[in-house]
Amino acid sequence: MAPIVSVSNLVKTYASGFQALKDVSLDIEEGEILALLGPNGAGKTTLISIICGIVNPTSGTVLVGGHDVVKDFRATRAMIGLVPQELTTDQFETVWNTVSFSRGLHGKKPNPAHIEKVLKDLSLYDKKDNMLRELSGGMKRRVLIAKALSHEPRVLFLDEPTAGVDVNLRKDMWQVVEKLRETGVTIILTTHYIEEAEEIADRVGVINGGKILLIEDKKDLMKKLGRKELRVDLQDPISSLPEALSSYDLTIEDGGHSLIYDYNTAGERTGITTLLTALAEAGIRLKDISTRQSSLEDIFVELVGARP
Amino acid sequence: MNLEAVKSIYFFEMARTRRTLLQSVVSPVISTSLYFIVFGAAVGSRIQEIDGVSYGAFITPGLIMLTLLTQCIGNGSFGIYFPKFTGTIYELLSSPVSMTEIVLGYVGAAATKGMMIGIIILGTASLFVDLSIAHPFVMLLFFVLTAVTFSLFGFIIGIWAKDFEQLNLIPMLVIPPLVFLGGSFYSVNMLPPFWQAVSHFNPVLYLISGFRWSFFEIADVNPVVSFAIIIVFLAVLMGLLTWIFRTGYRLRN
Repeated sequence: MAPIVSVSNLVKTYASGFQALKDVSLDIEEGEILALLGPNGAGKTTLISIICGIVNPTSGTVLVGGHDVVKDFRATRAMIGLVPQELTTDQFETVWNTVSFSRGLHGKKPNPAHIEKVLKDLSLYDKKDNMLRELSGGMKRRVLIAKALSHEPRVLFLDEPTAGVDVNLRKDMWQVVEKLRETGVTIILTTHYIEEAEEIADRVGVINGGKILLIEDKKDLMKKLGRKELRVDLQDPISSLPEALSSYDLTIEDGGHSLIYDYNTAGERTGITTLLTALAEAGIRLKDISTRQSSLEDIFVELVGARP
Repeated sequence: MNLEAVKSIYFFEMARTRRTLLQSVVSPVISTSLYFIVFGAAVGSRIQEIDGVSYGAFITPGLIMLTLLTQCIGNGSFGIYFPKFTGTIYELLSSPVSMTEIVLGYVGAAATKGMMIGIIILGTASLFVDLSIAHPFVMLLFFVLTAVTFSLFGFIIGIWAKDFEQLNLIPMLVIPPLVFLGGSFYSVNMLPPFWQAVSHFNPVLYLISGFRWSFFEIADVNPVVSFAIIIVFLAVLMGLLTWIFRTGYRLRN
C-alpha cells in the first residue's frame, strides 16, 4: 500500500541562512502512530509545518494521500489535522465557536453532532460555552485537538502534545491518541519524552540537526535505548573493587563513595539481584540506591557517536 | 472555491463585531455628533452655505468618508493582524483555503462592518441637517467601492505590520490628515491657488469630492476622475496582494 505521507529529499533553508532540514526522506504508513523524537531546534516543527503547508519548502517534495502539498494543497490540507506546539487560541471565543470555525475553514458543512461528539470524547462538552481564556492550559490543549479533529482528518499531527502537561493529563492524552488510532487515523507526534514514544508509538524516528538519524520499529529501538544506570551509594568508601565483584561492569565514583552499574531493562536479566547479593557477601554496606534511565541526550550522544 | 471557509471567516469576524457592538456603534455616533456640534454650530454660523448647500449638509459626505476610511482600514488590518499576533494564523495557513478566499472572508467582513457604521453616521447626520441624495446609485457605488478598497488596504497593512505600532501608523497618522485636508470640511476652491494644486495630490480629495457629488451635484473635481482614482487605487492594491500571495510575504516564511 502506498504510504499516506511521503517525504522525499526535503530541504528547508530559512532566509537567515539557517538550514532547518537537510535532505529528509520519510514514509508514513496509513493507520500507524509515528513518534518523532528530537531536541529543541532539531527540525521537527519545520518538518510538520511543511507537510501542513505553513512553511514553504526550499526543495524536495511531500505527498499526502498521493497529492503534492504545494500544487494540490486543497486535497492534502483537507486530509490533515494539526495540533500546534504553542497554545495559540482566540482568547475571547467560546469553545464551540472556535471548533466549529475550524470545521468550516476546512470546507466541511456544519455538523453540530460531530462537534458534539469530538467535544464529548475530549471531555470538553461541559465547557462548550466557556471562553477560551477561562480554560486551564490542559483544557486549551484539548481544544486545539478538538479543532484539529473537527473536520475528520485522516492524518493528525500532534506537535509536542504533552509539553508542560501534568502526568494525569499526559495519560489522558495518550488514551485520546489510542482511541483515535482505533478509528484509523494516522498520527504523527513529536516529543521530548522517550516514555511517551514507548507508550503509544508503533515506530519511532529520531531527528537532530535537520536530519533523520534513524527510524525504526519501536520494539527494536527500545531494546537499544533501554539502558539504565544503577547507582549504589556506600556507607564506607572503597579504593578498589573486591575480587568477588570483578566480573561485574562497575565503575567507582565520588572518591569511592559510589558504584555505578549499567544494565539493560530490555534484557532477559538485569543482573541487579546477583549484584546486590554479591555486594552484601563482600561485606559492603549500602547507604542508598538510585536508578536513572538514559536520557534522550545520552541516546543522541550514542546515536551520533555511533554513526560516522 | 471553498465557500464554507469564506463563510466561516466572514461570520467569525462579524461575531467579533457583535461582541464589541457598544464601542463599534456608539463611539462613531458620539464623535459624529461632536463634529456636527463643533463644526456645524461654530463654523457653520460663519460660513452658512458652500455652493448653495448648507454647511452642515456639506460636511456630511466628508464625515461619512472619514469614518468609512478609518473603520475599514482598522477592521481590515486588525482582522488579519490579530491571528498573526496570537499565533492562530497557523490554522488559516494549514487549511485548504486559497489566499483569495481568505481575502474574501476578511475584507468582506471589514467592509460590511465599515458600511454598517457609515450608514449609522448617515442616519445620525440626518438628525442634524436636511439631507438629500441626488444620485443614490452613484452614492452607493462610491460607498461600496471605497469600503472594499480601504478594507483591502487595511488587510495589506495587517499583513505588513510586525507590531501594533506599525498597525496603527497609517490609520492614525496618515489617514486623518489626508481626510481633514481633503476637503471634508471645506471646498478646496476656497483655498489659494497653490494649496488647491497641492490638494490635488491628496487621493482622499477625489473620494470625498465624488461622494459629495452624488449627494449635492457639487464637486471639487470631476466625479468621473474620482471614480477612476478609486479604481486605480483598487487595481494597485490587487497587484500588491497578488505579489504577497505569490511570495508568501510575512505569512509563509
